[in-house]
This record gives sequence, C-alpha cells and structure tokens, in this order.
Amino acid sequence: MTGRAKTVGQVIAVAAVVGLLVLLGWKLAFGSDGGASAELAGGGSPVAPDFTLPRIDAEGGDLTFSSLKGKAVVVNFWASWCVPCKDEAPELQATYEKYRDQGLVVLGVDAKDFRQDGKRFIKRFGLTYPVVDDGRGSTLGKWGVRGFPETFFVDREGRIVGEVIEGGIDLERNSERYAEGIRLALGDSK
Amino acid sequence: MSRLLIALAAALVLAASALAAGPPVQADLEAEIVCPTCKTTLDQSNAPIAVRMKTYIRDRIAAGDSSAEIKSQLVDQFGPGVLAEPPKRGFDLLAWLLPLGAVAVGAVVVGALAVTWSKRRNATDDASVDDLDPELEQRLDEELDRFEA
Repeated sequence: MTGRAKTVGQVIAVAAVVGLLVLLGWKLAFGSDGGASAELAGGGSPVAPDFTLPRIDAEGGDLTFSSLKGKAVVVNFWASWCVPCKDEAPELQATYEKYRDQGLVVLGVDAKDFRQDGKRFIKRFGLTYPVVDDGRGSTLGKWGVRGFPETFFVDREGRIVGEVIEGGIDLERNSERYAEGIRLALGDSK
Repeated sequence: MSRLLIALAAALVLAASALAAGPPVQADLEAEIVCPTCKTTLDQSNAPIAVRMKTYIRDRIAAGDSSAEIKSQLVDQFGPGVLAEPPKRGFDLLAWLLPLGAVAVGAVVVGALAVTWSKRRNATDDASVDDLDPELEQRLDEELDRFEA
C-alpha cells in the first residue's frame, strides 16, 4: 500500500472513532434513558417535559403542555386497550370535577393507541378533561413512562412533584400517594 | 419453439402482475408491521395493541384498502417505527444504501490491496532474479551450454 493510501485509511479510521465518540457523548448528554421519572425518583423535582399534541376530546385543536403553567396538572398516560386504565378513568374524572375550581387540570395522554379507540374511550367513560393523542409515543421517553397507566403530578411552576403512580389509581392501594400528589401539585401547605 | 417460450414468458408476467394487484394478505401484513409496545412483528405478538392492530388490518382488507394504504394509515397513527422494514425513500433510504455502500467500499479496498500485494510480489520476484549471484549465473550458463551441446 502506498504511503498516501495508508494515510487516507488512517484518517478515515480516526474520523470513524471520533464520530462514534461524539454519538456516545450526545446520547449521554441528551438521551432520555430514565426520563423525568428517573430524575424524580433520584430526589429531584424535574421540569415537566413540554409537548404539543392534537386533542381528541370534544374541544379539538392542539394542546401545548407549557400553556398549562400556573395550573396544577395531573398527567395520566393511558391507552384504550389497557384494562387498569378503564378501572381508574372514573376516579380521574371525579378528581377533575372536585378540584378544577382550585385550578387543577387532569390531562390524559392517550399513547400507542388508535385515535378512534381513544375517542370511544372518552365517550364511554364520560371524560370531560382534556385528552391528547400520542399514538407514536413521542412523550414516553422524556417523561420516563414505562407502562400504562402512569400518573404524574405537576405543580403550578411546571415541576413534577410527589411520586409517580405506576399502575391504576386504586383508592385501596395508593389513595394516600394520590392525595399527596394532588396536594403538592396544588401547592397546598396543609 | 421460440413463440411458445415468448407466450409462456408473457403469461408468467401477466400472472405475476395479477397477483401483485390482488388484495393484501393478512399474514403478509402481520409480518411487515411491528407491535409498538413489544417491538416484534404482529405475527409474533399477542399484546393487546397487537391484537387490536390485527383486527384493524382485517377490517381494512375487508373494506378494500391496498397494502400500501393500510401501512400508510398505521404509520400515520403510530409513526414510521411501526414498519418492520424502513421505507425505500428519504432519510430511511440510508438504511438500505449504507450496507450496499459498505460492501462496495470493502470490495474496492480488498481489490486495491490485492493489486498492491501482487505488484510487490512481482517486484520481489524480479529483484530475486536480478540479484542472482554472478558466479552462480555463470555456472548456470555453463551447465545450460553443456546440456544443449
């Protein structure tokens, strides 16, 4: 091999290694391995990841999460094919009706689901709170959602507070954590 | 004979195009679509969303949709990750071209190395002939002369 060809080969090899290192660094810096959920579990109070998604409730249009700043938000990730999601739907609706006057919003994120199935679900359970469609699951990594349903509590400053409730909201199993999450989101000092 | 062959070829082409234009096959689509929660193809999954997607595909086939239309609807709902094979266009085309490019580059490199090594070996062989000991060369000539005589 000539000296020039050898040099070109070495440059290509070094460039490939540098490229891989840059990719690794990018993944470590911006990757969403555990998402906000992992940060919360580590004792932090992460800013809730923003998103803009189409609404599938009666209101229609798009909803940008950051537009809810100033309100307490209960963010519920669900899908119509998930059985515990059906069980907890009436409880979420009751929460919305009970606390909406205090500035609390329940926000449903229907993920990895058919839009039409999500709309049928909303109708079947008489949900009146906003629900967005995330069929592609674009929010799941950033929030750190590992299964359905999962419920997060976001305070008026847009920070995730309390504990993430993995699995359905069940008044016998996790009512205290649920109530605590709502209290923290509302900023209630009682 | 040649007319018979041409007729046979034409019949085969027509049959192939007729098959291609036929209704999509459920099993084929289930092997080409990925379950968004378990990341395996639908034919290997019984996850709730996979079961629902199989029902959707069955309904769309019954409604007369083509394979491309059904895939397009599923991509619109679940994103391009729902396709087991990336589409052969746009950025996804890279997934098809890069392996071919790597093979081509590999072939060029191997070829270049083979030529280089071959030249080096020839040069070594030539050098070994040129570098023959004069005394030995003279002896060889004498032996050859004696042999020819």
